Amino acid sequence: MATTTMTGSSTRTTPRRRITKPLAVVGLLALWLVAWSLLRGQDMLELPRATLTDLHHWLNDVNDSVGASRNSSPIFLYFFNEIRAVMDALVTFVQGLIAQPAYGRPVPVLGWLGVVALVSYASWVFANWRVALLAAGGFTLFGLQGLWQESMDTLALTLVAVFVSLLFGIPLGILAGVSDRFHRLITPVLDLMQTMPTFVYLAPLTLVFLIGPASATIATLIYAMPPAIRITAHGIRSVPAPPVEATDSFGATRRQRLTKALLPLSKRTIVLGVNQTIMAALAMVTVAALIDAPGLGKTVIKALQTTDVGTAFNAGVAIVVMAIVLDRVTTAASVRAEQGGGDLNPRIRRLLLAGFGLVAAFCSYLSYTYLWASEFPDGGQLGEYLSQGATAVTTWAQQNLADLTAGVKDGVTIMLLNPLEALLAESPWWLMGAVIVLLAALIGNLRAAAVAAVCVGLLVGSGLWNASMITLAMTLVATLLVVTLGVVIGVWMGRSSRVDRVIRPVLDAGQTMPAFVYLIPVVALFSVSRFSAIVAGVVYAAPVAIKIVADGVRAIPESTVEAATAAGSNTWQTITKVQLPMARQSLLLATNQGLIYVLSMVVIGGLVGAGALGYEVVAGFSQGQLYGKGLAAGVAIVVLGIMLDRIARAAAQRSDRAPSANQT
Amino acid sequence: MRTPALHGRAEGAEQRPGGVGIMSTDTAVQPRGQVNDHQTPVISVRNLWKVFGPNADRVPGSAELAALSRRELRERARCTAAVREVSFDVAPGEVFVVMGLSGSGKSTLVRCLTRLIEPTAGEVVFEGEDILRADKRRLRELRRRKFSMVFQHFGLLPYRTVVDNVGYGLEIRGAGRAERIRRATEVIELVGLDGYEHSYPDQLSGGMQQRVGLARALAGDPDVLFFDEPFSALDPLIRRDMQNEVIRLHRQVGKTMVFITHDLSEALKLGDRILLMRDGNVVQAGTGDELVGAPADEYVRDFVQDVPRADVLTLRWIMRPSRDADQLDGPELGPGVIVRDAVRTVLAADRPVRVVENGELLGVVGHAEVLDIVAGNQAGA
Repeated sequence: MATTTMTGSSTRTTPRRRITKPLAVVGLLALWLVAWSLLRGQDMLELPRATLTDLHHWLNDVNDSVGASRNSSPIFLYFFNEIRAVMDALVTFVQGLIAQPAYGRPVPVLGWLGVVALVSYASWVFANWRVALLAAGGFTLFGLQGLWQESMDTLALTLVAVFVSLLFGIPLGILAGVSDRFHRLITPVLDLMQTMPTFVYLAPLTLVFLIGPASATIATLIYAMPPAIRITAHGIRSVPAPPVEATDSFGATRRQRLTKALLPLSKRTIVLGVNQTIMAALAMVTVAALIDAPGLGKTVIKALQTTDVGTAFNAGVAIVVMAIVLDRVTTAASVRAEQGGGDLNPRIRRLLLAGFGLVAAFCSYLSYTYLWASEFPDGGQLGEYLSQGATAVTTWAQQNLADLTAGVKDGVTIMLLNPLEALLAESPWWLMGAVIVLLAALIGNLRAAAVAAVCVGLLVGSGLWNASMITLAMTLVATLLVVTLGVVIGVWMGRSSRVDRVIRPVLDAGQTMPAFVYLIPVVALFSVSRFSAIVAGVVYAAPVAIKIVADGVRAIPESTVEAATAAGSNTWQTITKVQLPMARQSLLLATNQGLIYVLSMVVIGGLVGAGALGYEVVAGFSQGQLYGKGLAAGVAIVVLGIMLDRIARAAAQRSDRAPSANQT
Repeated sequence: MRTPALHGRAEGAEQRPGGVGIMSTDTAVQPRGQVNDHQTPVISVRNLWKVFGPNADRVPGSAELAALSRRELRERARCTAAVREVSFDVAPGEVFVVMGLSGSGKSTLVRCLTRLIEPTAGEVVFEGEDILRADKRRLRELRRRKFSMVFQHFGLLPYRTVVDNVGYGLEIRGAGRAERIRRATEVIELVGLDGYEHSYPDQLSGGMQQRVGLARALAGDPDVLFFDEPFSALDPLIRRDMQNEVIRLHRQVGKTMVFITHDLSEALKLGDRILLMRDGNVVQAGTGDELVGAPADEYVRDFVQDVPRADVLTLRWIMRPSRDADQLDGPELGPGVIVRDAVRTVLAADRPVRVVENGELLGVVGHAEVLDIVAGNQAGA
C-alpha cells in the first residue's frame, strides 16, 4: 500500500518539476522587473569616490602597522624576510647567468650566443630538432629587436618562478592525485588562487615583500603554481583503471603503484602542466612589472604611460615570440614523453646530439670570453621598423575606422550594457540580493544559494555594493560575448583541423600577451570607456573559452558524428543535435572559465575606464589614503568571482546529474 | 579404455562443451565433483557480501535488510548489494567458473577474493587462512606470490615492451632484471608470443595483448589464476583460440583457475564446475551437465535452453533402468560419457547400451533416449 502511494506521487511530481524549474526562473525575473520598476533607485548603497567606510579606515591602519613592523616583528624577521632573501638569491643568480652583469664582470656569464646555443640544444634534447630551430630563431629575434637584456630578465624571472612552482606544485599535485581528502582540501585554495585577480594580491605582496624582483617572482608563483598542481592531480586521477588495478593485483605497494603505474601513465599530462605553468608564469612576469619586475613588461608599461604604441608593440612581439617558443618546445616535449622515440634513428640522433652538445658548449665558452658573442651586436634595427609600422597602423585605424568602432561600441553599450547595469545597480540592494540567492537556489542548489547569501552579505559589508553590481553587469555582458565567440569559433575549429591550425597560434598569442599590450589598440579604437574594458576582458577570456570548446568538439568520438552523418543530418543538425550537446561539459567549463578570466581583467579594465571595482583597486594602488578601499574592492572582486563560480558550477552539476552507475 | 578416446575427441572437436578432457583425471565430470568433498579446497568462500552505498556494513547483519530485493534495498537504504551471501569451494587444480549476465556481481565477486574490492562481510579462506583478516603486508605477499589475475581490458602498461609487461609482477616483488627477463622469455614462449618480446602493446592485436596478460599472470608462478572475463573483448575466432589456449595451459601447468564469464558456452567449455549468479545471489552451482540436466529454477532453465544438450549431458542423465525385456549383452559405456560421443555406439548396436560403473550396471540407453536428446536439441536450436 505504502509503495503504491510512493510511486504514485513520484510519477506525478517528476514531470511537474521539470516544467516548473524554468517557469520559476522566468517568474522570478518577471517579479524582479516589476519590483525594480517600482523601487528603482532606492537603497542602492552608493558610495562616493572619496568617501571611506570604517572598514576601509581600519584596513588603512593595518597597512600602516604592517609597514612599521617589517624589521621588528618575528614573523617578518624569520619568515617573510627569509622567503624574500631566498627568492632574491635565486633571481639574482639566474639573472647573473644570462641577463645582468655579475661576478665582477661587465656582462652576464652567458652571452647571447651561449644562450641561443644552449636553448636550442635543450629543445632538441627534450623535444625535436624542429622546435630547436624555432627556439634559435626566436631568441635571435630578441637580439635583433634590441631587446636582448629585457628578454633575458623576463626569462630569468620566469625560470625561477617556474622552478619553484614545479618544485612544490608537482609533489602537491601528486598528493592531490592520490588522496581524495587532500584533493578536496586544496581545490578551493586553488580556485581562490586562480580566481583572485592578480592585482588584488600584488598590493598585499608588496606590503610584505616590498617591490622588486622577489615579490614579482612570488606573485608569479601564486599565479603559476595552481595549474601545475591541478594538472598533475588531474593527470594522475585520469589514469585508466585497468593497468592500475592490474598493478594492485600483483601486490604493489603504494609507492610502486605510484612510480610504476600512475606516474608513467600520467607523464604526458604532467608535462602539459609544466607547459601551462610556464605560460602562466610568463604572462604574470610581464604584469608584475607594475611592482617593479625587470624585463619586457616594464618596457611595455613605460611605453603605455607615454602612449607609445610602437615601442609597446615591439616589446609585445618579443613577449609573444618567447611565449610561442616556450609553448612549442614544452608541447613537443610532452608529445615526446608519450611516444618515446622521435623521427630520427635513435643512434644517429644520439651522435648528432653529442656533436651539437659540444658546439653548444663551445658557443657558451665563446660567449663567456668574447664581447661579440656576449652582447648582441648592432641590435634594434628590426625593433625600429616594428615600432614604426605599429604606430602607422594605429594612426590609420583611428582615422579611418571611427564610424565602425563607434557603431559597435554604441550598439553593445546601449543594447546590452546600459539596461543590464540599470537593472542590477539600481535595484535596492535587498531586492538584488534576494534575486541572486533565489536564482542560485533555482538553477543551482541550496548550497550554492547559501554561498551566494554569504557573498551578498560580504559585498554589502565591503561598502562597495553598488560598484560591485556595476562590475557584475560588465562581467556578465563580457561573458556573454566570450561564450558566443567561444561557441562560434570553437565549433568551427573543432570541426576543421585546418581552421584549428590557423587560429590556434593566434589564440596562444592572445593568451600570453600581457593585458597592457592589447589595451593600447583597444583604447585607440574605442577610447576610454566601459566598452573598452569589456573588450579587454573579452580579448583576454575568449581564447580560453574558444580552445575549451574546440577541444570539446574535437573530443567527440568520430563514430558518433559519423552516425549522425549516416542518418542524413546536415551540418547545422550535426552541430546542434550532436556536437554541441555532446560537448556540453566543455561549454559549461568554457562559460565558467570565461567568467573567471573576465573577472580577473576587471582591474585592468579599471585602467581604461571601467570604473567601479576596477577603478577602486587601481586608485588604492596609487593613493595611500584609498589603500583600504582598494583592498576592499579587491576582496569584493574575489567574492563576486567565488559567487559566480559556485552558482555556475552548481548549475552545471545539476544539469549533469546522471543516474548512478550500476556495479557489475 | 574409453578415456583416451575422450581426450582425443575433446581436443579435436571444436565446439566441445563440458569440462571433460581439460584435466588429466581419467574419469569424467561427475566423479570430480565428488573429489571436492574430501579434498581440502584451495579457496573456500563463506557468506561473502559486498554492499555498495552509505553504511553498507549494516546490510549483511540485518536480517530485514538482507532479505530485501535489489531494488527495495536501493530505495530503502540507498545501497546496492553486488554480492549476497555467496559461499563456494574451489578444489585444487580445478577450473571454477563464475557465470552471470552483466550486473550479476561476478566481477565484484572475483575482486573480493583478492580484496581488490574490500568485501563487506564473510570469509575467504585461502589455504587455511582467512584473507579478509590479513593485514596489508600479508595481503601484498599473497598477491605477489599466490594469486594473479587476467583482466578483461588487459591492463597492460602501454609504455612497456611485452617482456617488461610480462616481468612486471616479478619486478613488483623485487626480482632482479636478469631473472625477470629469463622468466618472462620463458612464459612468452609458453603463450606463443616468441618474437614479440620487444613490441609495445599497441602494436599487438587484442588476442595477442591478452596473451601478454596471460603470460604476465603466469610469470609469477602463482597458485591461483583469476580471470575476469578475459576474452569478452575479443572477436569470436580469437576467443575460441584463447579458450583452447587456456585449456592447453591448464593441462600443462595445472593451476587452479577461477574464471569469470558471461558466456555460457565458454563456461561449459572451460569449467569443471560452474557457479551461476544473478543479482548477486548464487542461483546454482554444479558441473555443466548438472546445470543443463537439472536446472535449479526457471531462470537457469531459460539460461541453458539453447545449449546443445547432446554436447553437455552424459549418459547418466538419459539412461533408464533396465527392463526385463532388455537384452543385456550390448556394448558397455561409462556414465560419464557424453551423449554425442555415445550416439554412434548406441545407434550401431541392435540392443541397448549398458551403462556400467565399477562393474555395476546403472542403467541402459537405447535408440529412443539418444534420439530424444539429439532431436529435441535440434528442435530447440
